[in-house]
Amino acid sequence: MIKRFIYSQKVAPYVFVFPFVAIFLVFWVYPLLSSFGMSFQHVTLGQEAEWTGMDNYQKLMGDGVFLKSIGNSALYMVLTLVILIPFPMLLAVLINNKWMWGREFFKSAFFFPALTSVVVAGTIFRLMFGEMEGSLINSVLGVFGIEPVKFLKGHLTGFVALLALATWRWTGVNILYFLSGLKNIPEEYYEAASIDGASAFQKFTRITMPLLKPTTIYVLTISIYAGLAMFIESLMLWNGNNSPKNIGLTIVGYLYRQGIEKNNLGYAAAVGIVLLAVTMIINLTQLAFSGMFKKED
Amino acid sequence: MKKNTALNIVLVVIFAVICFLILLPFYAITLASFKPGEELIRYGLNLKLDFSVMSLDNFVFLFTGDHAYFTWFFNSLLLTVVQVVLTLLVSATVAYGFAAYDFKGKNILFICVLLIMMVPFEILLLPLYTLTFNLGMMNSYSAIILPGIANAATIFFFRQYLSGIPKEIIASGRVDGASEYGIYARLILPVMKPSFAAMAILNGMNSWNNFLWPFMVLSDSHKYTLPIGLKTLLTPYGNNYDLLIVGSFFSILPIFILFVAFQKYFIDGMTAGAVKG
Repeated sequence: MIKRFIYSQKVAPYVFVFPFVAIFLVFWVYPLLSSFGMSFQHVTLGQEAEWTGMDNYQKLMGDGVFLKSIGNSALYMVLTLVILIPFPMLLAVLINNKWMWGREFFKSAFFFPALTSVVVAGTIFRLMFGEMEGSLINSVLGVFGIEPVKFLKGHLTGFVALLALATWRWTGVNILYFLSGLKNIPEEYYEAASIDGASAFQKFTRITMPLLKPTTIYVLTISIYAGLAMFIESLMLWNGNNSPKNIGLTIVGYLYRQGIEKNNLGYAAAVGIVLLAVTMIINLTQLAFSGMFKKED
Repeated sequence: MKKNTALNIVLVVIFAVICFLILLPFYAITLASFKPGEELIRYGLNLKLDFSVMSLDNFVFLFTGDHAYFTWFFNSLLLTVVQVVLTLLVSATVAYGFAAYDFKGKNILFICVLLIMMVPFEILLLPLYTLTFNLGMMNSYSAIILPGIANAATIFFFRQYLSGIPKEIIASGRVDGASEYGIYARLILPVMKPSFAAMAILNGMNSWNNFLWPFMVLSDSHKYTLPIGLKTLLTPYGNNYDLLIVGSFFSILPIFILFVAFQKYFIDGMTAGAVKG
């Protein structure tokens, strides 16, 4: 009887998707709800929680370190967008042909950095941007007669190192995304444009860019998310979560500091909820503006 | 565009310069792995090819020295293999449920799959941490593996792949009297094989490089994975560069070899989300 029930065509789909439902409820819905609940409480691991209403959120709004971490994450996100969308798009267009020498080699080589873990990549970049005269970047600057820079001690120079790391790791991946988008643009469009006497620049702005829109939106969405949630890059570059004057502190870094390092879980949960809200608002606005919610034709 | 030698040369020069910059950090770490850590502390990471200080000492130390590197290495390997096998099986099963049937609640459930891809996993870290603590699962591999076992991107990819498989296979299976599960196990899974490679590599790479969540769960140094182990070599009290550099270098190798051998699958896996179905 039970066997017949489980084996029926009506029940089988639920059996198939059951693992997802279980994981989703236990490891996503429950934590999300409990995070939301915790954000209104004072929680310490292993102790009774205490309701404090909006206290955590009120405190956050006046917390200078938190505001600084939001500023850092937002700045990092914006700068990664500015660098990691136009340049990979342009490079993808340039390499998207059948005749360029060594194009397969370049595509692979550009992808190499994405294979490394942030721990390893961060270690390498931390050393490259070291403050010694002989450290890689400083020794290059020295050739141009520039005094050694203490990269990781300053806000601006620290961000240079962070962005260099991000650009190094993600350029190749984004090129691949744009290449897979370019594959869907029919060759005939370009041929027709050539007959009409369009210049290469016109073809890029009138054909390539509009038709790459779905890919661009995808890259934009994941980059906004990744930019706002960045943490380990900063952790590795500064060899810990404490950068001088918090120049490298991100939202997730602050969440980690409050939650894990200071065992102030309720407050950290509030940080997480703010991060979720900010990410969702920015991404939904961006998707609405780019017309993703309109009926597709 | 027509074949054009001048244009070709300009392009190759541009790409060669960028390629040089991209490969530079790899060259620097490779070079450093042949130099004593003391050299690194004194002069910084540089590109000086100085054979008088270079030796295989670090590699000898890596393979014969008294340290836990290969414990971490094999932990990572074990965790990666188990995670990949379980994730692929579970995600493929779920994807089949979505692709082969129409059932009540299907759309809402699939929106949940997409939602997972949009919520930053980082905000779940603390509640997952307390949950793991309360369940007494701290310091266990299952706490690392379980939350990722129904991987949204993988389910999404498999569902796309399955939508290209003719429904007649299922229908003919039913005519032959196979059960719903028999159809999946004996008729569908074999057809899905090609799509497993790309997802195995994507998940394997993520698992091999995964850091933050395992770092929070594992406290016993015998259970550390490679990225965590390497991170512990960096301390505020001085860094163990001898092992760190050569260990970092060696940790990239397995993925590099896999990449060179299965390049196509890497690229398919990485771009799976961007291709609109």
